[in-house]
Amino acid sequence: MSLLAIEDLTVALPKGADRQHALTRVSLSIEAGEILCVVGESGSGKSVTATTIMRLMAPGVRVESGRVMLGETDLASLPDEALRRLRGSRIAMVFQEPMTALNPLMAVGDQLAEMWRTHTELAADAIAARSLAALKEVALPDPEGALRAYPHELSGGQRQRVMIAMALALEPELLICDEPTTALDVTTQAQILTLIRELQQRRGTAVLFITHDFGVVAEIADRVAVMQQGVVVEQGSAEQVLTAPVHEYTRRLLAAVPGLRAPPPREISPEAVLEISNLQKTYRPAGIFRRRRAARALDGVSVTLRRGSTLGIVGESGSGKSTLARCAVGLLGFDGGEIRIAGSPLPRARQAAAHLVQMVFQDPYASLNPRRKVGDQVAQGPIAAGTARAQAMAEAAELFALVGLEPSALTRFPHEFSGGQRQRIGIARALAMKPEVLVADEPVSALDVSVQAQVLELLRGLQARLGLSILFITHDLRVAAQLCDEVAVMQNGLVVEAGTIGQVFEHPSHAYTQSLLAAVPGRGMLGG
Amino acid sequence: MRRALAAYARNPAALLGAVLVLMVLGMGLAAPLLFPQDPLGLAGRPLQWPGANPRFPLGTDPSGRDIMAQLFHGARVSLLIGFVATLVASAIGIAIGAVAGFYGGWVDTLLMRVTEAFQTLPNFLLLLVLVAVFGSHINTVTIAIGLVSWPPVARLTRAEFLTLRTREFVSAARVQGLGDIHLMLREVLPNALPPVIVYASVVMAVAILLESALAFLQLSDPNVPSWGNLIGLGRNVLRVEWYVSAIPGVAILLTILGVSLMGQGLNDALNPRITGK
Amino acid sequence: MRFLSLAAKRLAASLPTLLLILIGMFLLLQLAPGDTVDAMLAQMGGGDASIAADLRRFYGLDLSVPAQLGHYLWRLIRLDLGFSAIYGKPVATVILERLPATLSLMGASLSLAFSAGMALGVIAARRVNRWPDTLISTVGLIFYATPSFWFGLMAIVLFSVHLQWLPAGGFGDVAMGYTGWRAALDIAWHLVLPTITLGLIFLAIYLRIMRASMLEVLSLDFVRTARAKGLRETRIITRHVLRNALLPMVTLIGLQAGTMLGGAVVVESVFSLPGLGRLAYESVVQRDLNTLLGIVFVSALLVIAVNFCVDLLYARLDPRIGT
Repeated sequence: MSLLAIEDLTVALPKGADRQHALTRVSLSIEAGEILCVVGESGSGKSVTATTIMRLMAPGVRVESGRVMLGETDLASLPDEALRRLRGSRIAMVFQEPMTALNPLMAVGDQLAEMWRTHTELAADAIAARSLAALKEVALPDPEGALRAYPHELSGGQRQRVMIAMALALEPELLICDEPTTALDVTTQAQILTLIRELQQRRGTAVLFITHDFGVVAEIADRVAVMQQGVVVEQGSAEQVLTAPVHEYTRRLLAAVPGLRAPPPREISPEAVLEISNLQKTYRPAGIFRRRRAARALDGVSVTLRRGSTLGIVGESGSGKSTLARCAVGLLGFDGGEIRIAGSPLPRARQAAAHLVQMVFQDPYASLNPRRKVGDQVAQGPIAAGTARAQAMAEAAELFALVGLEPSALTRFPHEFSGGQRQRIGIARALAMKPEVLVADEPVSALDVSVQAQVLELLRGLQARLGLSILFITHDLRVAAQLCDEVAVMQNGLVVEAGTIGQVFEHPSHAYTQSLLAAVPGRGMLGG
Repeated sequence: MRRALAAYARNPAALLGAVLVLMVLGMGLAAPLLFPQDPLGLAGRPLQWPGANPRFPLGTDPSGRDIMAQLFHGARVSLLIGFVATLVASAIGIAIGAVAGFYGGWVDTLLMRVTEAFQTLPNFLLLLVLVAVFGSHINTVTIAIGLVSWPPVARLTRAEFLTLRTREFVSAARVQGLGDIHLMLREVLPNALPPVIVYASVVMAVAILLESALAFLQLSDPNVPSWGNLIGLGRNVLRVEWYVSAIPGVAILLTILGVSLMGQGLNDALNPRITGK
Repeated sequence: MRFLSLAAKRLAASLPTLLLILIGMFLLLQLAPGDTVDAMLAQMGGGDASIAADLRRFYGLDLSVPAQLGHYLWRLIRLDLGFSAIYGKPVATVILERLPATLSLMGASLSLAFSAGMALGVIAARRVNRWPDTLISTVGLIFYATPSFWFGLMAIVLFSVHLQWLPAGGFGDVAMGYTGWRAALDIAWHLVLPTITLGLIFLAIYLRIMRASMLEVLSLDFVRTARAKGLRETRIITRHVLRNALLPMVTLIGLQAGTMLGGAVVVESVFSLPGLGRLAYESVVQRDLNTLLGIVFVSALLVIAVNFCVDLLYARLDPRIGT
């Protein structure tokens, strides 16, 4: 008999949602001691599955039919109070956002201690001892200090370790992880995945692991269930689903996962179109009373982008890669060094710089003004530069066709487009200025994997047709491998290694590059 | 916009607010037609109780003036003062908040110091000082109320501008080579405005309350029929003829209630995520 | 240590604000037609030009504007607020006599508004969109829309004139000659109506903010974490939600301190309380600008002091501040 068996579960969404059911007749089972990965894109219902087990659904979402059997108990029909007693003690949960999942006003130790205080009769000193032991087990540095610390004093990875310690405090039979590593850097993600795997094996806990990332699935899953639009389309052992998928949707998803191996090198023009040399940037806190120390974001960065090629800047958060991008388009001033585009220094005047360099932004929902028609937003740059309005709009229509959108879409507002379409509009907007250099700051990291593949394909095609020179910022080494001719690896404001993508990814020479590559999830099963 | 209007129309409290405000507006517009004589002129025997004399359905005040006429003319004064003072406060507040929030740095520090100074002074006290210095003509009073009411508008606008100016669409327009004026007026302001418009209803309510309090202390323009003025006059006969004070107070209460309900309805209509639950 | 440095920072940051206020007020009063001497002469029933000139020289009113400003600021640094020609006493003395009534009125109103607003806000948020929420929110709106002076008058009519439960005004019965705790009780008795009158609108504001803040915090991720931990609903509310929801409330105390002091002017005049607010009103009527300026100065100090306490309280509640 399974530890958890979800039987024919149908969950209704509140009225007015984009569809009637979040889940339709979903059946899943988890055995003791195994890790089941539920994988799918946004809107697949994978998170609803997790929250329905715990009855932590968003307001208005409700179970319509079906059962959620934990052993002999049906969680779906259990009274609230009885279910509350099970939460934390027999089923525990780790959430996606470590930055917001802990109470900011309460010491970590107190939040941890609440587990025993609520579910056991232990005395205060026994609880304190167990709290300390729990933090030691998740390998937090300085566990005594961490007990007294407040969440804001810990890093994202450390907070996620606290969350795991808290979830495992009462040795639950089932641990539900809802995208627990999505908000983390790749090396931290690898550590957390290892930790979950180790603890799970040591204790024989069953784990329901929700993720959108097939790399993570390959790292951690015993069995896999693939969801699409609230329906489980395929399930089986990890090996079978990842290497011999049966369902068409699974195949499509897996095909969209970029490989880590770079395509054969192209001929690159020797002409440098963007030269960044010895760039320095320090963030100085404002005000008379400095609260924080000045943080050095760029510490003498030199990179060169050649005409018609793509230079990838890869690194984890805090490496300075986004600062570099913002400096390169003139959004941020810098303290030292030089940026030259097509031979001359980047002009300070906004108008002049606009013809030299343009930017594609990360967040498709924040990068378009919600209150203005998209056509106006694309054409406003050329119009400000003196192009007649009619001509600018005609050019915008051509650009829309170029990026794969209907020219009639010019008169619509941003909310009428999907995330991938918005990103296409963002690309059209940047191209409207006919820049020498295109800076793309994580342009696909907010997109689902299938949409991601389409946008990457579009960028590749545009580069081939228009001879674009692209400075491509990304945290995702797989994405970098797809598009970049050359790559520079950044850490703490420094370029630690640079070269052609094949050279750097096949034979990394710097220890940091090696650790980054080693941390990319799913190398073994999905191909490196 | 149409969606917001429809959401507003579905909200009974918001509709009640609109009805109340329209009623007061109607009273103000009808005042010169229904009561063409000077409402501050002697109309009959003083202190007649409401209903005692059919000529004065709401009775007369201690000076023998028609309370009903003063009520209608007072609606005009209250709404006008509230509206103009709100305009003044919003104009100052939006301008200061927009510049401070958009540019940040020392400009922000300087403008926020000034705002803080205004906010540190009790607004009613500052109003008293302004009236003491510049006199209590109705125009002066209106502008003075606007002058003491802008700091919250400035803070709100600044907060909106601070978060919006770092949005990617603003950066995108900046990279496209557009100037600061365009960025502020076309990109940031339209997105910053909804909460400010909602807050304007609070400013208007406070403005009407400030004027009536000033009039109650007999420090506002004595030549204008104001509800507050009438309440102040009724104070001397409070123990017996309490209706003189009670009636205009109800008028103020309903007006503020209407303005507040409209503001809340507007807020719910413009931020559907709160009502969506 | 964190506390002390934060306190020092906040105090230092309020100095330029204070300076700005004083300069602004001084320049404003320069624009006023007629000065203290005119007011005094009017009080005395007129006088000739030479007496006026002598008086002006005596009060330093014949100097240039910057010199007068310099004098004024220098006097303020020594806490010398000047002499009130109308009351015939130093302004500082006049203000000091009036301070206790205002402080007790404000303290009582703030406590009432904060505690009742918080409690009602929590109840409304816990029963959101059901009848207790509708009832509380409606009553809050009506409180918010009620002009305080009118409410005060109506309360006097009902509770003092008709029911004769509570005194209609004044700050204690001097005639009874109470001492010690009897006197304190007597003052408290006299403050019941003024406190409610002044506190009502703030109660409505606090209630609305507390309700919104509770709803906001209830939707945050860490509350979901607390639920996933299996905590009881009461514990989630008291240990996790309440403290987070209180932060905007505490900020509001600081922001509303000035408004409350302004409200005290009206309420004190309704209930004939010998407070700072009524003093302000009297000095406007009598054109006693020296006293008015002194009141502005003291009010600003008071508001700054309240904000200082609020900042420290906030830092106590939120460990993220000042590190």
